Amino acid sequence: MIDVNKVRADFPFFAATDLAYLDNSATSQNPKCVMDAEWQFYVDSNANPFRGIYELSERATSAYEHGRETVKDFIHAKSTKEIVFTRNASESLNLIAYSFAPMVLEEGDEILVSILEHHSNMLPWRMAAEKAGATVKYLEVDITGEVSAEMVAEALTPKTKIFAITQVSNIMGRENDIKTFAKLCHDNGTYIVCDGAQSVPHMPVDVQDLDVDFLAFSGHKMLSPMGIGVLYGKEEHLAAMPPFLTGGEMISTVSYDSMTYSELPHKFEAGTVNASGSVALEAAIKYIQSIGFEDIQARETMLCKRMLDGIKDIPHVTVLGSDKPEEHHGIITFKIDGVHPHDISAIFADNNVAVRAGHHCAQPLHICLGIPSTTRASVMFYNTEEEVDRFLDILSQIRGAMGYGD
Amino acid sequence: MAINAFYNEILTDHNLHPMHKYNLKDPNLILEGLNPSCGDDIVLQLKMDDNGVIVDGSYNGDGCAVSMASADMMLDLVIGKHKDEAKRLADIFVRMIKKEATEEEIEELEEAGSLRDISHMPSRVKCAVLGWHTMEELVDKEPIKNPGEHSGEAVSTE
Ligand SMILES: Cc1ncc(COP(=O)(O)O)c(C=O)c1O
Repeated sequence: MIDVNKVRADFPFFAATDLAYLDNSATSQNPKCVMDAEWQFYVDSNANPFRGIYELSERATSAYEHGRETVKDFIHAKSTKEIVFTRNASESLNLIAYSFAPMVLEEGDEILVSILEHHSNMLPWRMAAEKAGATVKYLEVDITGEVSAEMVAEALTPKTKIFAITQVSNIMGRENDIKTFAKLCHDNGTYIVCDGAQSVPHMPVDVQDLDVDFLAFSGHKMLSPMGIGVLYGKEEHLAAMPPFLTGGEMISTVSYDSMTYSELPHKFEAGTVNASGSVALEAAIKYIQSIGFEDIQARETMLCKRMLDGIKDIPHVTVLGSDKPEEHHGIITFKIDGVHPHDISAIFADNNVAVRAGHHCAQPLHICLGIPSTTRASVMFYNTEEEVDRFLDILSQIRGAMGYGD
Repeated sequence: MAINAFYNEILTDHNLHPMHKYNLKDPNLILEGLNPSCGDDIVLQLKMDDNGVIVDGSYNGDGCAVSMASADMMLDLVIGKHKDEAKRLADIFVRMIKKEATEEEIEELEEAGSLRDISHMPSRVKCAVLGWHTMEELVDKEPIKNPGEHSGEAVSTE
């Protein structure tokens, strides 16, 4: 079991504030060991990776590649050739939409996109469809956020070339059965692109077991600094894809009028890389592993249960997604009758609680549900019961503060 | 209510029981105001006579309590006034929020003066000025001859 006080002592952030930080699905806090790893890279390994033949540059290269190795093991990829470092999940998804989609899309084809998607896993597909003369079809959900295998099977058509879906919705917190969906897709001749931004930080993810064609996630949502992200792609796909960006490091030879691309994964990493980001991400993965997903999930479920139980006693509050705490993965999105989410979050802010209001980069989902905007509280294993109670105490007073009698 | 002093009774009352939130029958000036950061969206409707006096006004739309209540207070203040006077008051309101208005000036804003503390909440300033900003733009437009025709224009706080 996690000793939360011990865990919090690992995060300098908590020593510096008494803010109840409940916006973890937007970005997470970094433990000191991650900050130290990044700092240490600049102390003793900082040179431009791949470019120098002196020892320091080799040390930088090896630190960077060591991070890749750790990521590969973490998500159970077959080889480091399948791990491309990017800036964030959005860049990873764009890379697929730019480089892979045009290879497989023909005029009249369909891209199936779940309506749960973050704009980052929706807009790139619209662009890819437009370029190819294909169409985007949305897989709609109701307020429970559930996507069943039947729904997917029904939505797939002989024209569906790509299915873009998140493993865990950043609004509902609900996990999709990606393994089953991948099987349905592959039986249908459809590639599946999985957005792991909200899943990889919270649960074990095995890309071979899931059998997804691509997986994207961001370091900053899993205890790392901003600016490092990952694209996993099956080697056969990445090998066939043209580069996304061109420039330094992604070529092996350049003559006046021709070039040959570097080996995977460097083909997709043009320019000087984020070596300290890789080092920091590795430290974050090691930290997460030292705690263990079993304990992480147990604690996040316990905190979600506390929230859901508390909310049940507060009238006029409706939670989106499942009514089971274990199906929330730290994310509780809600609405309060008659109160605008920006007023809700302002009142929370005034009381030193950080929650997020708006459409959370998932505007089409809100349109689909007929709710203009929502408020989201999201916890990580380092949040405390006391923080949840503070949240509930304020929540119970909001309608009153806004002039309602009950 | 201890949890929030900012949402005082004046504000919540204008939000829950607005005087001017409906559609005018025969407005001759209509403009949509948008605040993309909060998703506030109001349609301001005014009826102005040939002398430039705002004889009636209303608004409709969706948004946070601050944007809605502020628009309601604004209309309370400017209905019956000449457009130049309305713009002068809007200028005071904006300066109040920047903490540049005098006490005497703030007094002229009547209930809208209760929004002065919004200056402590930078993220909400756009909500508070939305109605005022939309009004300032709208009163200088040419009144439409054919009431009921919405020009489809919109202003934004961005
Ligand atoms: C489900 C999901 N996908 C994608 C993203 C985009 O992540 P990033 O902004 O790090 O690219 C987010 C984060 O906001 C997310 O929650």
